[in-house]
Amino acid sequence: MEQTWKQAKAAFAAIAVPPIGWLLLFFLIPLAVIWAYSFGENTGPITIDFTGTFANYARALEPLYLEIFWKSIIVAALTTLLCLVIGFPVALAIAFASPKTKAWLLLLIMLPFWTNLLIRTFALIAVLRENGYVNFALEWLWNNASGLMTLVGLQPLGEFEPLTLLYNNTAVVIGLVYVHLPFMVLPLYSALDRMDRSLMEASLDLGAGHLRTIWAVVVPLAAPGIASGILITFIPALGAYLTPDLLGGTDSQMIANVIERQFKRANDWPFGAALSFLLMYLTFIAIAVQALVQKRAERRG
Amino acid sequence: MSEALPVAEAILTDPPPLKKEKPGPLEYMRQWPLRIIVGLTLLFLYLPLITLMVFSFNNSRRNIVWQGFTLDYYEKAFNNASLAQAFINSLTIAFLCTIVSVILGALAAVMLWRFRFPGKTAIEGGMALPIVVPEICMGVAMLVFFARVMPWPIGLPWPLNLGAITIAHISFAFPFVATVVRARLSSFNRELEEAAKDLGASEWRTFWDVLVPHMQPGLIAGALLAFTLSLDDFVITFFTAGPDTITFPVKVYSMLRFSVTPEVNAASTVLIVVTVILTAVGLQMQNKEPKGEKA
Repeated sequence: MEQTWKQAKAAFAAIAVPPIGWLLLFFLIPLAVIWAYSFGENTGPITIDFTGTFANYARALEPLYLEIFWKSIIVAALTTLLCLVIGFPVALAIAFASPKTKAWLLLLIMLPFWTNLLIRTFALIAVLRENGYVNFALEWLWNNASGLMTLVGLQPLGEFEPLTLLYNNTAVVIGLVYVHLPFMVLPLYSALDRMDRSLMEASLDLGAGHLRTIWAVVVPLAAPGIASGILITFIPALGAYLTPDLLGGTDSQMIANVIERQFKRANDWPFGAALSFLLMYLTFIAIAVQALVQKRAERRG
Repeated sequence: MSEALPVAEAILTDPPPLKKEKPGPLEYMRQWPLRIIVGLTLLFLYLPLITLMVFSFNNSRRNIVWQGFTLDYYEKAFNNASLAQAFINSLTIAFLCTIVSVILGALAAVMLWRFRFPGKTAIEGGMALPIVVPEICMGVAMLVFFARVMPWPIGLPWPLNLGAITIAHISFAFPFVATVVRARLSSFNRELEEAAKDLGASEWRTFWDVLVPHMQPGLIAGALLAFTLSLDDFVITFFTAGPDTITFPVKVYSMLRFSVTPEVNAASTVLIVVTVILTAVGLQMQNKEPKGEKA
């Protein structure tokens, strides 16, 4: 049983003060300052007046910025969907593998998660750029196909045109999927691993195929895991800064890049603060929606 | 909040408990379509990293075709004073961040697990905030905080000049530690604590000799998490770093902005190897159950 704090006041104080104090001083106060700035105005190069204005929020809702918000949501949603489509079969395979294979596969999925995000993004650049390995492989295939066609008497294919895989929206989505895939696989795995397998066996025994069993039995049973996988992929993808910055082109800016620009180059802190809080509210809405879905699923189950 | 729990659980349950092997239709890993998907996914995850590591030994600046083995770029990376300093800074920050985060995280976990107190839900929500708030928001908050509210003195001797970055890292790392440790605490048998107290142990003795040994696997997992989170962080550091307090990711970022050189490959390879070794050591330590304890 939990103890009330009154029973051991000294112990409670010793335990509670350091973490709560740290959280307050080095997290909540900084956020509060940003929140206050979002209602302020630049009155000089480094002076900001707290005027209580809503002008920053009004500006954030102009079509230009609204479009960037919308685009960030679409990119994050697409990333999440791709992670789910790739991650589900992978998680399924891991959950049903033999214990030894399972341990290895889990380690292999988690290892990139421990590796530096910047290094992973950088590694992806070397693979995707115009004289990178993907284009190398494609050129090799192209030339061989071309050679084959001349062999059988057809026109050769002509010069190989390298694909532009970097500095566009596709690159951003590929990069985000690359970075966030472990976030999706792990919760899916832990949901699938806990699932009652006899239900699947029953479904298969009663004549349903594998795909039907997965769709009608596994997916509903793993719904909470799927929901949390979606959430922990969507949130960081929505606020992604590094991936669009390094892999994206001029038109693939996401909301985090706009925020960064307000704080560094444009030096418009109040506007940047307003954008930050809008992004945070979007995150909270996503969490609330997930909690709601989860609650409804629990009630039905 | 529960979002971080699946990850924490997956970390805690690794390697998974042994289950009886079930032959038959459910062994998806033995079916070729899933084998292909898993294989391609692993290829997708590892091909970029492996090429990066292999080509750090390539004797060519253009970095594309294999020109022969060389360690030149490692030598260059090691002799690049600012890169080496950034590397040392990163490791120092990660180390300091781990120590403080484990202490704060463990205290937070014990507090939330053991006590009932007014405003508990609010505190729980507050502790989850650093986990869910987008990095960029936390980054700009830290930037403003250390620029206007609590300016970190400039020109302090190393490692004190890393204080602002370290504080920012602790703020986002310790709630993760708290989540992992709390998951571990939920399996604690509270009667053990009562027994210790009945036998005359003080509050502090009980905490140190009964509770801490039980928390140990969670503490190690939490430490590992805090260390890698700190070493990995770019965005928040980018906003708190000054001109003379550069960390490794920030340095690599600025190098990437100019040109992609094999030197970056070499330095990145070193960091990957360091992380892999640390992870292996951490997982090994975690798998050793503390003595005299029932699961």
